[in-house]
Amino acid sequence: MALHFELVTPERQVRSEDVHMVVVPGTEGEFGVLEGHAPVMSTIRDGEVQVYKTESAEPETIEVRGGFAEVGENGLTVLAEHVEG
Amino acid sequence: MASLKELKDRIGSVKSTQKITKAKQMVAAAKLRRAQAAAEAARPYAERLNAVMASLAGKVTGDSAPKLLAGTGSDRRHLLVVVNTDKGLCGGLNSNIVKETKAKAEALIAEGNTVEFYLVGKKGLAPIRREYEDEIAKHFDTSAVRNPGFEEAAAVATELLEMFDAGKFDVAHLIYPVFKSALAQDPTVQQLIPVPTPEEADSSGAAVEYEPDEEEILEELLPRYVKTQVFGALLEIAASEQGASMTAMDNATRNAGELIDKLTIQYNRSRQAAITTELIEIIAGAEAL
Repeated sequence: MALHFELVTPERQVRSEDVHMVVVPGTEGEFGVLEGHAPVMSTIRDGEVQVYKTESAEPETIEVRGGFAEVGENGLTVLAEHVEG
Repeated sequence: MASLKELKDRIGSVKSTQKITKAKQMVAAAKLRRAQAAAEAARPYAERLNAVMASLAGKVTGDSAPKLLAGTGSDRRHLLVVVNTDKGLCGGLNSNIVKETKAKAEALIAEGNTVEFYLVGKKGLAPIRREYEDEIAKHFDTSAVRNPGFEEAAAVATELLEMFDAGKFDVAHLIYPVFKSALAQDPTVQQLIPVPTPEEADSSGAAVEYEPDEEEILEELLPRYVKTQVFGALLEIAASEQGASMTAMDNATRNAGELIDKLTIQYNRSRQAAITTELIEIIAGAEAL
């Protein structure tokens, strides 16, 4: 069970990896994405994207500012305008 | 004929010019690699954004479509966003962009439209001001920043969007060079506002859930799309500048080399002529005794 997760900014591709779960700060509330999630397209607010590499692992957090999250057949893509660090 | 000393000085000055052009060529080659890498790194974002745009634009049509997508209903007032470099020493790059801009402006004016200019970069200002002094709406100065990046692109796009919201123009075109290779950078005219609807049809039949909803997402997406386009143009101009500079400086270095060879031959000839004259004088003097 792996979810393909991509995080891209206008300057570069920050992440492209297989993970267990990602929690995305959507405009209307945070939502977790696992493999096989139904297609969703959402705007995101400034906040933290939490990446769970495995089910039991501590989440890794990435600060993002402004953008979109898209869940499709080939996983989750987060288009962020700016990524901290 | 120039004296020996004059020739020697001339050779010296051409030699130091050659040193400068050679250094600039090598700097451009190194910077070109970096600029190309930056342009490539930006591609995934633009591609993703395009794909999302394509799938959304088809869904939101008719009256609910935002102004940025549908236009103002008129196409009389045009704005040309022209992206030039800040520095010279890059061959015909800037003059090609200006030429393209003038051609576009003339075509639009001939159709009875009004044209204004929004200039990015220093080198386009003077030649365009010469002909269209009153039509320059704004000049965005990028010369203070070393490598114009997304922040500058965002600033330009925000300003364009404000002008659009204030009803200052109906259609905006972006004019910038597309980097093909170090030898070829083609000036391109691309429609920026209203955002052209991507043709790519949405192939996945899956029902996508939208949060908040299509209109609001599109409302957010369009300004971002404009920003990305401007950012792309800034990256292209950076790569084009270095590429054109590299080629121009390579030519200049070669020309300087040829000139040095020619001057050296001339120098040696005059030196020999001087020696021969001196010898003849000595011999003639000796014979006279």
